Amino acid sequence: MTPALADAREPSRRSYWRRNQRRLAPALFIAPGGLMFLIYVVIPIFRSISISFYHWDGLGAMKWAGFGNYAELWSDPAFVVSLENNLIWLVLYMFAVPAGLFIAIFLNQTVRGIRIYKSLFFFPFVISQVVVGLIFSWFYAPDFGLLFKLTKMLTGHGIAVLASETYATYGIIAAGLWPQIAYCMILYLTGLNNVAPDQIEAARLDGAKGWRMLWYVVIPQLRPATFIAVVVTVIGALRSFDLVSIMTQGGPYGATRVLSYYMYEEALSEYGYRMGYGAAIAVVLFLIMMVFISGFIWKMYRDETER
Amino acid sequence: MVQYSRRGIAALAVAAALVASTAAADTLRIFTDTSDPAPKKAFQTLINDFEKANPDVKVKWTVFDHEGYKTSIRNFLSADAPDLANWYAGNRMAPFVKAGQFLDVSDVWKKNGLDKTLASALPSMTIDGKQWGVPYTYYQWGMYYNKDVFKKFGVSVPTTWDQFISDCAKFKAGGVDCTTTGTKALWPSAGWFDYMDLRTNGYQFHMDLTSGKVKWTDPRVKKVFTEWAKLIKPGYVTANAAALDWQDAAPLLVQGKAATYLMGNFAVATFKQGGMKESNLGFFPFPQVTPGVPRAEDAPTDTMHIPAKAKNVKDAKRFLAFLASAPEQTKINDILGQLPVNNQSTVGNDPFLQQGFKMLSTAHGLAQFFDRDAPAEMAKIGMEGFQEFMAHPDRVDAILKRLESARERIYKN
Repeated sequence: MTPALADAREPSRRSYWRRNQRRLAPALFIAPGGLMFLIYVVIPIFRSISISFYHWDGLGAMKWAGFGNYAELWSDPAFVVSLENNLIWLVLYMFAVPAGLFIAIFLNQTVRGIRIYKSLFFFPFVISQVVVGLIFSWFYAPDFGLLFKLTKMLTGHGIAVLASETYATYGIIAAGLWPQIAYCMILYLTGLNNVAPDQIEAARLDGAKGWRMLWYVVIPQLRPATFIAVVVTVIGALRSFDLVSIMTQGGPYGATRVLSYYMYEEALSEYGYRMGYGAAIAVVLFLIMMVFISGFIWKMYRDETER
Repeated sequence: MVQYSRRGIAALAVAAALVASTAAADTLRIFTDTSDPAPKKAFQTLINDFEKANPDVKVKWTVFDHEGYKTSIRNFLSADAPDLANWYAGNRMAPFVKAGQFLDVSDVWKKNGLDKTLASALPSMTIDGKQWGVPYTYYQWGMYYNKDVFKKFGVSVPTTWDQFISDCAKFKAGGVDCTTTGTKALWPSAGWFDYMDLRTNGYQFHMDLTSGKVKWTDPRVKKVFTEWAKLIKPGYVTANAAALDWQDAAPLLVQGKAATYLMGNFAVATFKQGGMKESNLGFFPFPQVTPGVPRAEDAPTDTMHIPAKAKNVKDAKRFLAFLASAPEQTKINDILGQLPVNNQSTVGNDPFLQQGFKMLSTAHGLAQFFDRDAPAEMAKIGMEGFQEFMAHPDRVDAILKRLESARERIYKN
C-alpha cells in the first residue's frame, strides 16, 4: 500500500499518468490489437450488415432494398442448396473429432521412431488446403483418377465423384476431413500428455481397462481438448470455402455450393455484381456462426466462473 | 477474408500510385491481364513500338494474373485507376460503362476513321450511341477435329447437323467420343449453346434472347434444346465433362479418343503442345441445323479502355489510336495467333487463322460469346443450366423455367 501513502504525501506533484498508470497500462497494451480488430473485423461486420439492405453492383449508386435481399434468399434454390450443404458439412465434419481421438490414442505410445509417425499423421494439416484440394481432385478425376479406376475395375463402371451432384459434396468433405482429423489428433495428443498417471494407475488397480478405462477415466480428463476440437471443427465446417473453390467451383451446376462460396460467387466472382445480395448471405452465415460461437463463449465463461 | 483482400489490393494500388507520381508528368500507366506468354509478348511489342513512336511518353505497364484481373479491375477502376486497361466487348463492359467508370472515346473513333476500319466491331463497342473503347483482337470458334480419327472411320467433314449426328453414331460404335468438352469452368457449355441457338434460330434471335427480349420458355428456345439433346442423350459427348477443365479434355482429342472439340482458336496452341500437327488437326465451321438460317459465328473481341479516373487522358487516347492502326494490329495479332479487327491489317499465315478469317468475314453476324452478350448474372445462371442440361438432358423443362424466372428478375431494371 505504499502508492497510497505516496499519494497522500504529495498529491499535487503527481501527474495524471502516474496516478492512473495501473488502470491505463492494460488499455494501452490492448489498443493496437483492439484497433486492428475494430478496423478489420468489427467495422466490416456492421458495414456488411448495412450493405445487405441495398441493391448494389459494387460500382454505381446504392439503391435501398430494405429486406428485399433477405426475402429473395428464401425463394432462391441456390441458397437453399448452399444451406443444406453447410448442414451436411457440419454433421459429417464432426467425424473428425472421434477419428482424431482414435488416432491420437493409437499414436500415444513409446515405440522407436514414434515421432516420425506422429509427424506423418500431422502432415496433411501442415500442407495448404489448396494442395489438399488438388490431390483429391486428381484422386477423383474421371479417366485417370485412382478412385475412378478402382471403381471401374471392381464394378465395371467408373464413378466420377466430382461430376455427380449426389456424391460431389461428400467427396469434398472427405478431402476436408483429411487435414481436420490431423488437427483434432494433435489437440488430443497434447491432451493425452496431461492425463494424470495416478488416476490411470488407480483405475487399473480397481480393474478398469479397455473401453471402460477410455470412457470413464481418460475421456473425462480430455474434456478441454474435446471442447477445442469441437469448436475448431464446427468453425472449419462453416467456413469451408477453399476446397469447394478448388475442387468444383460450386459445381456440377451448383450442387456443391456452400454459403461462403455462394457469397463469393454473387458478390465478387467473375460474374458476381450483387454486393447487397452477397452481403445478405454473409449476414446469414454470420448469424449461424454466432449461434455456435455464443454457445462456446457462454460455456467458457461458465467454466471459468465455476472455478 | 473479403475485406482483407480488397484492402490489400487498395494498398498495392496506393503503393503503385506513389511510385508513379515520382516519375515524369508524361507517364502512361497501363494495366493488362496478359499473363499468358503470347499475350504478354504481344503487349511488350506494342508498348515498345508506342514508346519508339512517341518518345515524350513513358509507359508504366502492370501485368495482372489473367483470372485475378476479372475481380481486381473493379477495385482499381475506383480506387486507383490506370490510364488504360484491357477488357472485353459487348455486354461484358456494360456494368463499367453504366457506372461511369469508362471514358467515352467516340472522338478517337471519329478522328481516326475507326468506324470504317474497325467496322465489324462497332456494334459491340457501342452503348447509348457512343464508343467506350478500342478493339484490338478477336478469334473464331468452331469445330476442331482429329483428321486421323475421321479417316479411320471413313467420315468426311459434316455440313449439316443430321450428318454430324449420324457420324457420331459411327464414332460411338467404335468406342470414340464424337465430341469432347470440359465444362467445369462453365463457359465451354455456353459455346455449345451459342452455336445450337445461332444455327437453329439465327443471329437476331440469339441477340434478342441474350438481351432479355425473348422468354426462355419460348418454343423456339425449347427447339434448340431438342436438337442439342440428339447429341447428348445417346452419349456422344465425353462423360463426366462437368468435372473436367477444358484443358483436361484436350488430350482426348489429341490421343484420338474423341473426334471433335468445339472451342475457340486459342485451343490450337494446346492441341499442338499435345503433339498434334497441321496434318492431323483440322477445323470446320459448326454444321447447319435449320436450313436457310444465315450463318453467324461466335467471335469474342478483346478491347482497351480509358478509365474515367485516368490522369493522362491525352496520351491514353494517342495510345488507343496507335493500337487501332492497321500495321500495329497486324503485328500484335501475329504474336497472339489471333485475328486483327482492323480490316486494313493482314492476317497471319497460320492455316487456322486463314480459315477462321474467311469464315468470319463471310458470316452474316458475329456474336461475342454468351458470357459477353448476356449480362453477368444471366450468363452465370444460364451456363449453369447448360452444364446441367449436358449431364441431365431430361431436366430441360425445369432448367428453362429456372432461366426464365432469372430473366424476369435480371432484366427488370
